[in-house]
Amino acid sequence: MASHSLEVNGVVHHVEADQNEPLLWILRDAIGLVGAKYGCGIGQCGACTVQLNGHPVRSCSLPVSAVAGQKITTIEGLSDGDDLHILQKLWVEFDVPQCGYCQAGQLMSAAALLETNPDPSDEEIDAYMAGNFCRCGTYNRIRKAIRTAAEMKNSPAVTVADSGALPLAGVPQERA
Amino acid sequence: MTTRKPSSRLTDTLKGRLQARGIDLTTSTAAGEESLVVSRRGFLRLSGYGGGSLVLGCYLPLSGTPEVNAAPAVDAVELNTFISLAKDGTITIYSPGPEMGQGVKTSLPMIVAEEMCADWSSVRTEAAPVEERFGRQSSGGSTNIWRHFQAMRIVGATTREMLLAAAAERMKLPRTELRAEQGRILHSSGRSIAFAELVGPELERQPVPSPETLTFKDPSTYTLLGTRVGQTDNADIVQGRPLFGIDQQVPGMLYGTFVKCAVLGGKVVSANLEEVRRAPGVKDAFVVRGTGNPSELSDGIAIVGSSTWAVLEARKKLQVQWDESEASRDSWQAFQEQADRVSRETGETPVADSGDVEGAFAHPDHRVADAFYQYGFVSHLCLEPQNCTADYRHGTGGQADSLELWIPSQIPGRARQYAQSLFGLNPEDVTIHQLRMGGGFGRRTSYEYANEAIAMSRQVGAPVKNLWTRTDDIQHDYFRAAGAQRLRAALDAEGRLVAWQNHFVGVSNRGKVVPGSVLQPSEFPMLNLNHARASQTALEIATPCSYWRAPGANVNGFVVQSFLHELSVLAGRDHLEFLLEIMGEPRYLGAPNQWSLHTGRASAVIRLAAERGGWGGTVPDGEGLGLAFHFSHAAYVAELAHVGVDEAGKVKVHKVTAAVDVGPVINLSGAEGQVEGAIIDGISAMMGQKITMEGGRIAQTNLHEYPVLRMPHAPVVEAHFIQSDTAPSGLGEPALPPVAPAICNAIFTVTGKRVRTLPIADAGFAFA
Repeated sequence: MASHSLEVNGVVHHVEADQNEPLLWILRDAIGLVGAKYGCGIGQCGACTVQLNGHPVRSCSLPVSAVAGQKITTIEGLSDGDDLHILQKLWVEFDVPQCGYCQAGQLMSAAALLETNPDPSDEEIDAYMAGNFCRCGTYNRIRKAIRTAAEMKNSPAVTVADSGALPLAGVPQERA
Repeated sequence: MTTRKPSSRLTDTLKGRLQARGIDLTTSTAAGEESLVVSRRGFLRLSGYGGGSLVLGCYLPLSGTPEVNAAPAVDAVELNTFISLAKDGTITIYSPGPEMGQGVKTSLPMIVAEEMCADWSSVRTEAAPVEERFGRQSSGGSTNIWRHFQAMRIVGATTREMLLAAAAERMKLPRTELRAEQGRILHSSGRSIAFAELVGPELERQPVPSPETLTFKDPSTYTLLGTRVGQTDNADIVQGRPLFGIDQQVPGMLYGTFVKCAVLGGKVVSANLEEVRRAPGVKDAFVVRGTGNPSELSDGIAIVGSSTWAVLEARKKLQVQWDESEASRDSWQAFQEQADRVSRETGETPVADSGDVEGAFAHPDHRVADAFYQYGFVSHLCLEPQNCTADYRHGTGGQADSLELWIPSQIPGRARQYAQSLFGLNPEDVTIHQLRMGGGFGRRTSYEYANEAIAMSRQVGAPVKNLWTRTDDIQHDYFRAAGAQRLRAALDAEGRLVAWQNHFVGVSNRGKVVPGSVLQPSEFPMLNLNHARASQTALEIATPCSYWRAPGANVNGFVVQSFLHELSVLAGRDHLEFLLEIMGEPRYLGAPNQWSLHTGRASAVIRLAAERGGWGGTVPDGEGLGLAFHFSHAAYVAELAHVGVDEAGKVKVHKVTAAVDVGPVINLSGAEGQVEGAIIDGISAMMGQKITMEGGRIAQTNLHEYPVLRMPHAPVVEAHFIQSDTAPSGLGEPALPPVAPAICNAIFTVTGKRVRTLPIADAGFAFA
């Protein structure tokens, strides 16, 4: 056991932990931030994705000793206080989640994508997001939300209605 | 919707049960025993919920059920939901169905809000407390919408009527001149009053109207049902709030891991428990004896400690000597060979026998086709592994022991039975919290993960969160049963399908045929034909199998719809026209109810999928279209897949166009999401997912050995709805079965290769 200083969402935490303990369990069990999820434990599903210095990492496979002193952002720190990140807003607007278990990881990857590539093509979105598995199959809505966020960021005049994505509270379809 | 009235002979039993549940029916009971039966269709006021606000609950007879083994009659009365109106204007609607991503925590309350003319923005939804008096609280079989639709309407309409009556009193206006709209009561003069202002003694005083006097909104005036509404938990989900079982933290809570034998049924002989107990952070390690039934509790070693990591690290040190003398010896290789061999004989159990099948096959003008289809075991792979938090409190001073459970389960209340039968607790001393599930798909219908948690908590005297690793979750799953079907069919001289024969080879566990491994006599197209014969055989295995999304349908849809395409090719006929001919004139096949296939509704979705998907049009070289239809869970779904295949067998699913008839759509966003999700789930499973075992040991351990569909392989999905004027039905499952045959039929169109095996990786295909 050793003491580790972690900067999570701008707050410094001192935790006593085995140096090999993955960041995921430190976040969930010791600090109480449970947004990052355990899915596979081997970095294959992406449910545990957080950002390390702005880059998406699989916290289930990252020893706490490797991240000490670096900036860690979790889903709980993605919004600016009560003002949700544009992706969080669009996730709600497009009703992206089904069970919702993978979505924190999806959002942390998607937010990092837009930071590094503000105008990704669909193929670039697919390639970047391929490490995040969604068991419910919400991929098309995730892709639409990322594309719409990019369009809205790049052109302030673009609104959700221009995206071609289906808005909520729409008109009922015709009845047979 | 069919309803089943409780018979009057049950009255005494019911009355006693209701009284035992603390339910007072006097507010709505007119007189006498017979009227008690009627009164149960009515409303009652509930105390103890909502703190000062008006709380109403609704009783209805249990709806007819599609399951072969219907619920026992004594459970024929249920408190289907309840609603709370608070003085601040918040309307809380409690959803009876556990939420696993299928959207019932949103869609069921929408029905209430529509009928009561509430403003949706003032509605909060909550999962109902898990109490016996709230009746059936289960999610499975795509049943929540049809089971609760009428009850939800009654709750909404009753509340609306009471608000109108209270407003008439307050405004001193005739009730008949008032109407409800968007959270307000309006008068033609322009005067209006908000629902919130009516919450108080006036509303409390209003008599509860009898359900027979209620009027329901004309669907053409709906403002909420049929629109796209986002899930009410979305804001919490995108902020990572603790909604799921795995997120629960209880003061003083410890963490547990439970190690079972990798070979199913292995028993603990000995283990190095002393060494494990000395590992950092470990509080205790001990043997737990199983019941012999893996869905209850298996033999294993419990390790409890101060953190997840502590117990997982200690687990690495654990050495167990297992007695495998009575454990599984299942072999995938042997199973396949046995299924092939057995399928050549007539099955042990007759399923259907109509007309003269032999005569039809022997007819000199008929052409006969044979085919052997097979499919493997599939895991559920819920992304949230099985887990449960238990707080077992030992009674002191003569008090009985008690238990609190936080359980992500599709049927959370049933955990109470095991608390009683395995741990001797009184049902009334067990508190159960239902939690949002990180996927269910049929997996969360057993209780071993809860019972393991209870055993741990009882031993260490503290709350314990029992979490399975991904490997535990895959290797101790209840799989979609593997199986095989050997078919024969005859076409007449005009290329019409005239005879059908099938031997369905499925699976039994502990002598019982497992769910979803059954061929029904009504399986399409046997009731469409004059000559049909089918039988089935169950191969006994130890590997546990159970419900997996669209049980039965997920394999029968593949086999039947693929073989029908083979026959249309043999007949030299257009697949669409061939399918529509089999459907024939609009009629019910079987009793005229929603569980019987109606050929008119079937033809309509088949035509719509073909039309919207571009059937008959041209596609580039190396691409093709495939069509399939399946009826399950009272839902009609046809899908047209647009697929590319290269010479190396690399498959690209470009687009799937679905046509769906589940009656009126409740939440369009949820419905579209379920269609899309089920299709993607179906593709994920059909491409490469297969669980195998040798010597009773499951070979797959984690995602690197069990491929899942990821974003680059997700096709465009288009969902079109035919909103037939029937009772609405559920959509969690029925869009899955048609996708595998639609894609395999497209693969044949492109390559000329018929795929008769799932996953299709076994036939040499892979994602492009």
